[in-house]
Amino acid sequence: MAELQQNPTFDPGLRWRLHPRVAVRPETFGALLYHFGTRKLSFLKNQTIVEVVNSLPDHPDARSACLAAGIEEAAQAPYLHALGVLARSAMLVHEETP
Amino acid sequence: MTGMESPPRLVDQFERGLDAPICLTWELTYACNLSCVHCLSSSGKRDPRELTTQQCKDIIDELERMQVFYVNIGGGEPTVRADFWELVDYATAHHVGVKFSTNGVRITAEVAARLAACDYVDVQISLDGATAEVNDAVRGPGSFAMATRALQNLKDAGFSDAKVSVVATRHNIDQLDDFKALADGYGATLRITRLRPSGRGADVWDELHPTPVQQVQLYDWLVANGERVLTGDSFFHLSGLGDPGALAGLNLCGAGRVVCLIDPVGDVYACPFAIHDTFLAGNVLSESCFGTRFQDVWQNSELFRELREPQSAGACGSCGHYDSCRGGCMAAKFFTGLPLDGPDPECVQGYGEPALARERAKPKSSVDHSRAANRNTPSGPIPLTLLSAPPKKFCNESPV
Repeated sequence: MAELQQNPTFDPGLRWRLHPRVAVRPETFGALLYHFGTRKLSFLKNQTIVEVVNSLPDHPDARSACLAAGIEEAAQAPYLHALGVLARSAMLVHEETP
Repeated sequence: MTGMESPPRLVDQFERGLDAPICLTWELTYACNLSCVHCLSSSGKRDPRELTTQQCKDIIDELERMQVFYVNIGGGEPTVRADFWELVDYATAHHVGVKFSTNGVRITAEVAARLAACDYVDVQISLDGATAEVNDAVRGPGSFAMATRALQNLKDAGFSDAKVSVVATRHNIDQLDDFKALADGYGATLRITRLRPSGRGADVWDELHPTPVQQVQLYDWLVANGERVLTGDSFFHLSGLGDPGALAGLNLCGAGRVVCLIDPVGDVYACPFAIHDTFLAGNVLSESCFGTRFQDVWQNSELFRELREPQSAGACGSCGHYDSCRGGCMAAKFFTGLPLDGPDPECVQGYGEPALARERAKPKSSVDHSRAANRNTPSGPIPLTLLSAPPKKFCNESPV
């Protein structure tokens, strides 16, 4: 498996984006993610997390992406957890601040 | 899996079907150099109506539009098609990843080098015994050597993470650790799937399928090995043996909901184990001159719509395990002549055995490309030679 980038820790204070080899297929329940490098499938189980994931590169960090999608700080834990799972499986990669 | 607040459950969503399959099996040809006794697709001879190169490319175009991320290509032996590599290249160039199953016949050193250089292709080598003796009794003389030579070529070429694909049988359950060691030796990942009574498998299932005691042995082994061993989600009928979620995978029957099969002539079946008119949803060949109509069959066929309706638990309704096994495998029930709304023939509660003992009519196969005129007397391997002692009667063994 090529270039599996390991992200052992997920820092919600950083800028993240989908790995360039991950494809997103919209579904009624959310979306299906497929990583052409690791051959792993993941499921985004509602539309809000889909919006968050797709908008990650537009925000300086994951918390502000959640806020912009209407998730108040107090409600962010499950979303940040989901992003952490995606980061650990290399679906998300940390993007250096331009 | 990404944990979120999740009513309704993902499994329930899947049971209602998706706009496109997650996992699609595509058998490119019924031609095969081997004649394995348990062949799911009763392969052997090429079908003269086999899809042309252009028709196959049209299907790939559709899969790309539908965002089917990868296809599992099989057969028959897919690599014997003259345009096999052309189709693989076409698929990967169109964002459809390829996993193909082969007995290894064409995986020479040159081919292995080529595969090692391609990033979107996975290779699965079939092997049904960790020794030539056990393997060749099912897959035919020389097939163990052929498969291991292919694995060696892949390893030598630097191809990483080939899959060794094993169908679990009564004769190889005791070899699970050996299979793991064999796969590890080639830098490969082990994949174990269930023996289905489909195709020629119907003829040998009674003798080859694991005993109830072996089912438990297999389950425990799979749970202990977790995600290091792939199963293609094929043992969900065993999930009642332990805690929910102990067995890796989604553990549901995806037939016509998240999986399906396209056969070599373009017929679309509910799953790879269900090549029979009863599970035929339609054909991809379009009546117009342009393209194929796989998407239409997937989304609109009457059969698939029915499969996406809530299914009756039937005789299993009162069983406390129904939530985990969902009544087991539709194809396994159908091809052993059991009612579809009753227990799986390998039900872990032991309800399968009395059902099998009752009078039942096994459906005649409606698609058969076997080479031997009478497939019940195979000219090649004969599995019965392995059974030097008579099999123990099920009723002598403790119910699971």
